[in-house]
Amino acid sequence: MGLLNLFTKKGVPNLAQLASGSFTVDARGGILASTLPHSFSPLHMSEIAFAILEIFADAKQAAVPLTELVIRYGGFKITARALRGGAIIFLKPKGLKPYNS
Amino acid sequence: MPNPHKILLLDDEEDLLELYQDILSQLPSRPEIHTSNSGARALALIESEPFTMLISDLRMPKMDGLQVLSIVRRKFPQLRIVVMTAVVEEQYRSRAYAMGIDLFWEKPRTAEEISLFRDCIESLLGQHEEGGFRGIQSKSLVDLVQMECLSHSSSVLKVSKGEQQGNIWVEHGEVIDAATLSQGGEDAFKEILSWRNGTFEILPAEPAHQRVIFTPYQGLLLDFAQALDENRVHESSAQTAATDTQFLTRSPLAALSCIDGVEFVLTVPADEKSASDSWGLENAGPVAAWTRRTQKRLRDLGEKLHAGDLKQVEGLGLQRHVGIASRGDTELCVGFKRTLSADQLYETLKNISIKWAS
Repeated sequence: MGLLNLFTKKGVPNLAQLASGSFTVDARGGILASTLPHSFSPLHMSEIAFAILEIFADAKQAAVPLTELVIRYGGFKITARALRGGAIIFLKPKGLKPYNS
Repeated sequence: MPNPHKILLLDDEEDLLELYQDILSQLPSRPEIHTSNSGARALALIESEPFTMLISDLRMPKMDGLQVLSIVRRKFPQLRIVVMTAVVEEQYRSRAYAMGIDLFWEKPRTAEEISLFRDCIESLLGQHEEGGFRGIQSKSLVDLVQMECLSHSSSVLKVSKGEQQGNIWVEHGEVIDAATLSQGGEDAFKEILSWRNGTFEILPAEPAHQRVIFTPYQGLLLDFAQALDENRVHESSAQTAATDTQFLTRSPLAALSCIDGVEFVLTVPADEKSASDSWGLENAGPVAAWTRRTQKRLRDLGEKLHAGDLKQVEGLGLQRHVGIASRGDTELCVGFKRTLSADQLYETLKNISIKWAS
């Protein structure tokens, strides 16, 4: 086993294996529809939705109105499209080790 | 082969920019055409690289054409300026000419007008190397002084070249005094004559002005002609030094703003008390604040989700796209033309980010 450890990457951050799918929120952040698994925390969905909606609204005030956002994290990509005040949000994880392993 | 002429087109309508770019790129002199859809971006481009000509619209949101012209005329007196606009009121025409523009054109609509417009631009590009003073193209200041003196006029010649200004007092066909910001008398006269281009106005005579120069105008002009060769050598070396200095002192963001598709570049320190630096952006404050807030929100979100480091953010809009990347404690926000696709936006922002980091 010690030999195998030599080939194990060190320093990989403890990233979560996040769900893949999409969900739709209204202008107040209320979730309207979702294709995400039930295991994915609704709290996380709300946090993502609020952050996205705030960024869209803030951008409009700063005179850089946006219709689409692509947010790239080390292990995760969020794509959001503005939708009549609300948004449709796509989540796409990168191939990383499972969160609880 | 000589360097091609470079023309900067300024108009807030993207479609028109593309159309004029097509038309002008086919001129016989094959000029290089650059475009800008905002005054701030145009000024940033002119400061970052030398242009032969600016063709500008007048009516634009935020910074209008006249504002741009007044800045450009003051800072870049050698730049040929053409106004091409749908605004044809006489007052605008007069104001634009008073600022020292070279041509005022109503936006061409027919094939004949477009052909005429092309001919005029080509002709004006041909005059570029000749220098001369606005209003009397191809005439040197020596010619102007001679004309005033030979006609025994009494007047004050007010000459401007960028931020330099000088007056020459002519009384009954004799030069009686001259003054610049730093000199007076014959020295000022010689200094003014050494300006090879700029703008001038003929003001009413000031009969009460005290005579300081007693050398006849022929003598003054002869002295100047002898000194001219020396001046040319000095001017040439001074110009080289000025160009080098400009290159060294210009904002490092200028290089990033020259990348194709980039409209503005803004760096935002994480510390709100530190000032942000921008290039090509008219009002950087709100965009800087948005950048700072967005990055903070997304970093907090990333931590909660265990999603890893925030790499970059791309925003697509109907007016323009934006991208945000980070380096240490500083955020880089870049504005892009809306014509860039999502893939192009991703790649360009990635390249800019690497260039910025290096």
